[in-house]
Amino acid sequence: MGAQLVTETSYVTDPLVGPALITLDHVHKTYHMGDVEIHALRGASLHIDRGEFIAIMGASGSGKSTTMNILGCLDKPTRGSYVLDGQDVSKLSRDELADIRNRKIGFVFQGFNLLSRTSALENVELPMLYLGVKTSERLERAKEALEIVGLGERLNNMPNQLSGGQQQRVAIARSLVNHPSIILADEPTGNLDSRTAVEVMDVFQRLNQERGITIALVTHEPDIAQYARRIVVFKDGRIKNDYMIKEPRSAREELESLPAIEDDDEDDE
Amino acid sequence: MNMLLTFRVAIRALGRNKLRSSLTMLGIIIGVGAVIANLAIGQGASAQIQAQIANLGNNMLYVMSGSMNTGGMRGGAGTSQTLIPEDADAIERECPAVRAVSPGVRANGQLVFGNQNWIASSQIQGTNEKFPDIRLWPVANGDFFTEGDVRTAARVCVVGKTVADNLFSGSDPVGLTMRIRNLPFRVIGILSTKGQNQYGQDQDDTVIVPYTTVQKKMLSQTHINQIMVSAISPSATFTAEKQITELLRQRHKLGPNQENDFFVRNLTDVAEAADQSSKIFINLLASIASVSLLVGGIGIMNIMLVSVTERTREIGIRMAIGARSAAIRRQFLIESVTLSVVGGVFGILMGVGASITISKTLGWPTLISPISIVASVIFSMLVGVAFGYYPARKAAGLDPIDALRYE
Repeated sequence: MGAQLVTETSYVTDPLVGPALITLDHVHKTYHMGDVEIHALRGASLHIDRGEFIAIMGASGSGKSTTMNILGCLDKPTRGSYVLDGQDVSKLSRDELADIRNRKIGFVFQGFNLLSRTSALENVELPMLYLGVKTSERLERAKEALEIVGLGERLNNMPNQLSGGQQQRVAIARSLVNHPSIILADEPTGNLDSRTAVEVMDVFQRLNQERGITIALVTHEPDIAQYARRIVVFKDGRIKNDYMIKEPRSAREELESLPAIEDDDEDDE
Repeated sequence: MNMLLTFRVAIRALGRNKLRSSLTMLGIIIGVGAVIANLAIGQGASAQIQAQIANLGNNMLYVMSGSMNTGGMRGGAGTSQTLIPEDADAIERECPAVRAVSPGVRANGQLVFGNQNWIASSQIQGTNEKFPDIRLWPVANGDFFTEGDVRTAARVCVVGKTVADNLFSGSDPVGLTMRIRNLPFRVIGILSTKGQNQYGQDQDDTVIVPYTTVQKKMLSQTHINQIMVSAISPSATFTAEKQITELLRQRHKLGPNQENDFFVRNLTDVAEAADQSSKIFINLLASIASVSLLVGGIGIMNIMLVSVTERTREIGIRMAIGARSAAIRRQFLIESVTLSVVGGVFGILMGVGASITISKTLGWPTLISPISIVASVIFSMLVGVAFGYYPARKAAGLDPIDALRYE
């Protein structure tokens, strides 16, 4: 994996090949808080195919965050199975899960979660450090990923020299640099103003449409969920609703129709 | 993630907080510096004492005749006439702990060469041919006198450097004839430079002749003033002292209630004791200094714990993007080892600087041994590992979900 050759096409996955990318089968998750048992998930089943753009919605406590943690291999189901890319990951050890996260999953968080006082380039390099990619290739891939999200000119900026939208784009570049099977975005627009939110959603839509990257987006904002092509709604630890959106919103069109403004990316901090 | 990368990640992390990193290192710097400086002073003092011991002679003891007490007139050690050359022979023959023996007779008197004269402060010393071996005092030029010279009471002498310089004003005295107490003596050698003894007396201001010559041709006496004894080893000096005392009491026919009519002075013993006490003192100082190293180590642990808490989110991010626990543990361990080793290196510089300053300003001899430097580096590395391990393990054991959520 470490010596994988990088080409433009390596970011493209074919949605029609192979079985479902993700299969959650009757997943239960129970937390113990002292004597109290909290049933966060009560038998959720979910299939996600390659190339999907899915929004996971639900109220606080509905189980969507727990699902996200399990999908991201940060947590293991108490019961039920989770098959990712043909591999049952529900019984793996801590270190094996770390390797899966490194290779198959890209995270984008609400709070960006970039390393402070570390340049955009070095932040994007980080996942490859843990994969053992050699220096020259690491640099090349990090630059390429930053160019994809439109930050090719900002390689050496520190996070505090970047706007919120730019920071989130650095985080997206970091999430895709190891060519993951899926990008999990947890409230990625929660800390952004509405225009910047549309810009970030545009990045996700382009990654999904142009490169076929599978994206799962957790949000509680219905209008953000409308950018996805499928919506899954959680309630009380189960999936209440699962439907396709016939005509998703297009972030590109919305941006074009918005009045042109000064580039808000210019060092507003 | 390989070692070099982890190392660079650690250095970068430390560099983000330079003031804190350097204050943390200060504990180690002071600790290592104090240990190095103390050891340097201690080893300097010890080396000086060792040099003095070597200066005393080859595991040497002096046997001196007892004090005179006749009709109310009393004198100090060496004033009575109880020792004779046969006592010296008997000691050499019968005491197993003794290696070599020389009788000693002292005389005063003027030395004359040409139109120069000189009175040696360290007197005219009569000894036998074993003197250079017992005193560890070889001739620099020419020869020492032989057993034959001693047997025949030959008029030959060996002069100390001070005498040679003053009486012969620079020219080589070997082969020349000088006068001692108005008797002509042929100079056959010059002793090497010995310097001062521990009382500040110039030992090179002396002239050595066969003891038989002093007895027969200068003083007309049969007794001797002292016997120089060389024991077989430094630790044997004490045994030698007992054996000599026993033998001489027997030879001098002293009853159980009678006091010794001689003294045995064990110089090596005294010096060894001085050396021992200086070593104990220095070890004490060094252990006090190493307490500050320990405190420095605790400082590192404290800062690393703060750092782990403060960087909980960073740890969470690293774990989320695929860092194994071991990689996190290694990163924090390397950070603490880097702190302690860099601190150790600066500490060595400070310790060496302090020792040089001390020896220049106070005039104390200092000796910086490479072993103490190597040991400090290893020790500070161990401090880093020992006090960094717990915080590193704490960091590695964090749950990624909790760590990511940490505010």
